Amino acid sequence: MNVVVCVKQIPDPAAPGALKPDTHTLDRSGKLIMDDSDNYGVEMALQLASGEGDEVTLVSMAPGGETSGLRTGLAMGAAKAILISDDALAGSDALGTAKVLAAAIGRANPDLVVMATESTDGYTGTLPVQVAELMGLPSVTFAKAIKVDGSSVSVERQTEAGYDEVTVPMPAVVTVTAGVVEPRYPSFKGIMAAKSKPVDNLTVADLGIDASQVGAAGAGQEITNVAPAEARGAGEIVVDEGDGAQRIVAFLEQLKVV
Amino acid sequence: MAIDKIWVLAEHADGAPTPVTLELLTEARTVGSTVEAVAWGPDVAALAGPLGEYGATTVYDVGDIGEVLPGVPVAAAMAELIKGGNTPDAILFAQSYEGRDIAGRLSAKLDKPVLTNVTGLVASDGGLSSEHPIFGGNEIVTAKFTGDGPGIFVIRAKSFAAEPGGGGAATVTAAAVPDVAATNTAKVVARHVEERSGPKLDEAAVVVSGGRGLGEAANYEWIEELAKLLHGAAGASRAIVDAGWVPYSHQVGQTGKTVKPNVYVACGISGATQHLVGMKGSKNIVAINKDQEAPIFSVADLGIVGDVHKVLPALIEQLKAKG
Repeated sequence: MNVVVCVKQIPDPAAPGALKPDTHTLDRSGKLIMDDSDNYGVEMALQLASGEGDEVTLVSMAPGGETSGLRTGLAMGAAKAILISDDALAGSDALGTAKVLAAAIGRANPDLVVMATESTDGYTGTLPVQVAELMGLPSVTFAKAIKVDGSSVSVERQTEAGYDEVTVPMPAVVTVTAGVVEPRYPSFKGIMAAKSKPVDNLTVADLGIDASQVGAAGAGQEITNVAPAEARGAGEIVVDEGDGAQRIVAFLEQLKVV
Repeated sequence: MAIDKIWVLAEHADGAPTPVTLELLTEARTVGSTVEAVAWGPDVAALAGPLGEYGATTVYDVGDIGEVLPGVPVAAAMAELIKGGNTPDAILFAQSYEGRDIAGRLSAKLDKPVLTNVTGLVASDGGLSSEHPIFGGNEIVTAKFTGDGPGIFVIRAKSFAAEPGGGGAATVTAAAVPDVAATNTAKVVARHVEERSGPKLDEAAVVVSGGRGLGEAANYEWIEELAKLLHGAAGASRAIVDAGWVPYSHQVGQTGKTVKPNVYVACGISGATQHLVGMKGSKNIVAINKDQEAPIFSVADLGIVGDVHKVLPALIEQLKAKG
C-alpha cells in the first residue's frame, strides 16, 4: 500500500508570529519545522503501511527548498519525499496550494492520502477536501481512528454529537485529529537515515501547472487591513497564597453567579 | 462585487435549524438584499418556516442524501444551481464539520477561493469584506475576494446574534444532485452519540474547562463537580480531548465549540491560540494556572497563579459550604 502524507513546514509556533508588512502574508523567513499536527498523520501512515512493499511518501510545498521539516517525517520512518518549491508559489491561497499538492500527490499514485485536519499556522481547514475534489477522490475528515480493511478504510469521524463510523473505498483522502494515534519520536538511527533518503524537488512547471493559477497571482483574495483586536481590560492576576479559592468565590459573588 | 443575493448553508438537528444557521441568516439579511438557504435531508420542507422567519425567501432542497457524508452531494447540487445561472454573490457556511467539507468541495468545483475563520462581515461599495482573528485573536485581519463571485465565506459560530426578521415561510425549491458516483462513496455505517448531562456547552451561562494542568484524567471530576455547583457545563482543552481523558463533545476551541458564557473558568489550561479563539468572547474569564507566563492570563479578568490541585478542591468545598 502506498500512503501519501501531506506535511506542512511552518515557523515555530512557540516563537511570536508576524505578518510581512508589504504583503500581509505570514513571515516564513526564519527556521521552519514540521507542523506538530502532521506528526499524527505521519505516525498513522507508518502504522497503516507497515507491511511488505508498503511505502509512505511525504509531500510538502515550501519556500526556498526547505527540507528541515520533511527530515523530521523521514526520520520517523517515511521512505521518501516530494518537495514543491518555487518562487511563483509565494502568496498562494488554500485553493492554489491544493492544486499544487493534488498534482504532486498524483505522482505518487497513492492508495491513501493522509493530512492533518488543519495546519497550526493557517488553520484554513478546507485544503484536504479541496485536494480530494481536484483529484476526484472521496474524503473523510476529522478521523479519530483509522483502520484499513482490504480495499477500504474504516474511520471514526468526530461529529457534533459524538462520532460516526464511516467506511470509504480506497483511494481516498482522510484527515486526522491529534487523537488518532500517539506519534513516535525519531530515533537517532532514524535521524541519521533521513539524511540520505530521497527528496524529489519539483517546480510548478514540472507539475504542468500554469504559474498564473498559483501564488499571489492566482490567489483570488487579498488582505486589505491588519489591526490590533479590541483588547480586554487588564485583569487582576494574583499569586495564590492559600486564598485563591476565596478570591474566586468573591469574584463569582460580585457577578451574582453564586 | 456588489452584494445582492446571499446563500446560507442551513444545517439542522432534531428538526430545527442549528443556532449558527440562524446567526448566518440574520447577518445575511444585514449585508445582502436577498437571502436564500440551501438544506439537505428527508424533510427540508419542515424547515421552511423557521428559515423564512430568519430571512430566507427560498430554500433549495437537496433532498435525502441517504447515509453518506454530505460534502460531495450537497456541494455538487450547489455547483449545479450556480452553473445553471443561479449565482449568489456570497455563500455563507458555518465553520462546522459539514460546513467546511461542503465549502471545500464547492471551492474546488467552482474554482473559487474560500475565506475561513470569519468572525465579521463588512459590506461596502467594493463588495463584502471579512474579518479574521489571527495570532490568538490579538490582531484582526480584513480580507476580500478579488475575482468574480460567489465569494465563499466560512464563519465561526457566535460571530453574530440571531434575530428573527418576521418573514413568512421560505419557498421550497428542489435542487438536484448530479452524478457524483465516483466521489460520493464515504458511507456512514453507524452513529454514536456521547451523552452529557446538564446545560449544553455552547449555551450554558457558566463554563468550567480543564486542561493538561489537571495532571490526570481522574481529576476531571473536579471540573464536572464545579460546573454542576455553578449550574454550568464542563469543557476541555484540545490537549486532554486528544489524550482521551474526555470525549470530543467537551472540546472548546478552534476545532471544538465556540463558547461565550457569562463566566468562563479555565483550570490548568495554558491558553494556546487553538483554545483562546473558542472562549475569548466570554464575558468574564477566571483562570487558574501554575505558570504566571501562561497566555490564558492575558485574557483573564481574575487570574490565580496557583496549583489547580489545591485551588479546585478548596473552591468546591467553599461553594458547597455556601449551599
